[in-house]
Amino acid sequence: MRLICPLCGPRDRREFYYSGSEDYLNRPTPDAPAEAWDDMLHLRDNPAGVTRDLWYHETGCGSWLLVTRSTTTHEILATERVADRKGAGA
Amino acid sequence: MRYSGLKVITEGLFGNKGWTRAWRDPAPKAEYDAIIIGGGGHGLSTAYYLAKNHGMTNIAVLEKGYLGSGNIGRNTTIVRANYFIPGNSEFYSHSLKLWEGLELELNYNVMHSQRGQVVLFHSDGQRDLQIRRANAIVNQGDDAEIMTVDQLRAEFPYLDYEQTRFPIYGGMMQRRAGTARHDAVAWGYARGADQRGVDLIQNCEVTGIDVENGVVRGVQTTRGPIRAKKVAMIAAGRSGQVAAMAGMRIPVESHIMQAFVTEGLKPVMDAVISYGMGHFYISQSDKGGLVFGGDIDMYASYAARGNLPMVEHVMEAGMTLMPMIGRAKVLRSWGGIMDMTPDGSPIIDKTPIEGLFIDAGWNYGGFKAVPASGWCMAHLMATGQSHEVARRFRLDRFRTGQLLDEEGTGSQHNLH
Repeated sequence: MRLICPLCGPRDRREFYYSGSEDYLNRPTPDAPAEAWDDMLHLRDNPAGVTRDLWYHETGCGSWLLVTRSTTTHEILATERVADRKGAGA
Repeated sequence: MRYSGLKVITEGLFGNKGWTRAWRDPAPKAEYDAIIIGGGGHGLSTAYYLAKNHGMTNIAVLEKGYLGSGNIGRNTTIVRANYFIPGNSEFYSHSLKLWEGLELELNYNVMHSQRGQVVLFHSDGQRDLQIRRANAIVNQGDDAEIMTVDQLRAEFPYLDYEQTRFPIYGGMMQRRAGTARHDAVAWGYARGADQRGVDLIQNCEVTGIDVENGVVRGVQTTRGPIRAKKVAMIAAGRSGQVAAMAGMRIPVESHIMQAFVTEGLKPVMDAVISYGMGHFYISQSDKGGLVFGGDIDMYASYAARGNLPMVEHVMEAGMTLMPMIGRAKVLRSWGGIMDMTPDGSPIIDKTPIEGLFIDAGWNYGGFKAVPASGWCMAHLMATGQSHEVARRFRLDRFRTGQLLDEEGTGSQHNLH
């Protein structure tokens, strides 16, 4: 499997650290109830098909990437830098 | 029909014409007392113990493919009870005891072979940990022994003890651990459940779970709707999709784990060996193939095939540990879909929906758990109470913080 880094181009899977589902981007406020944190940290849709998850280009440019890919075929559909998303960096 | 050695001989003399089907092929009824979604090892053992221990025989197992077509039919077949933390250790201890009586219980040859498993250690820290683990296992009444390098050399002369990076310091041996014939376990439980009246319904995919006002009413399937007051979701790697039919999100992420088998060889190793550095464990099947596996590929996937980095890692670990493996040729490999939980331990629990139960999150250790998982799940479904040895396998433990982190690496989806 090769991921396409927006900065570095197509690179081997070994260069990336897999963090997990994009749920990690939906961080609750500090005073949110335990259920909201459980939702972000543990509960998963776990789709068989298109998923979006976070990868870190560990031995490349060091970008955090939001990867859209298929869990059934390992096809990479889209990759964007987390920092480039709308509203990021707030 | 009762199986016996005598039966094999007499059937052999008369052309093997007297064998009958091992289980019926019934059409689904409109209603059952309980429905089990998933005809794998855990689902079939749950059905068996519901019938055997609790007298619930008006039940159905719904399987979308054929019985035993998931991970029970493809795994590295290791059976052991060398767990450490409370919550896990008593459960796997119970499971191993059930394994030891399984063939007589089921009247089925599951080829359970207590050939022993040794976990190697390669540093002072690992040695301390394994000694502590061994003491805990012995204290709860199971067996474990610490083997010195000399003892290991006598029993396993083919390991590379002097390797420069990870010299072997010793190992923790559990003699009662071993292997079993994976398919036969599913078939044995299927036959036993069928004999007690359980309907095993194959090619019947559940397409919906009916819930009214927080109470489960039954399921929709490709063979029509079926009503039931109790429904169990026992779908391993597909647990997320099954739970979604009930509107639930569960703490499971499905990952691929690869395993490999070589061409058949003459007997070369008579125990299960687990490498302490790198993920690698190996045994030899009764057919002669070396069966070995590694870690998960470490990203969510349902592809049922892995990627090359983990193949390379497993082969490297194998070559480092026992260089003679380089002479064997890999015959085939496969990638199983593992239902990984954040802390690496399973779930046997009720759900917030009344009458709906879940048995999932077996990570990469579900095979050895098949008897106790069914035993405890049946207990939960029949009595409404968690079985004593499975009482910590709670669905909500990630929210409440009652984690079962056997590896001590934390509770996060990409850590186990």
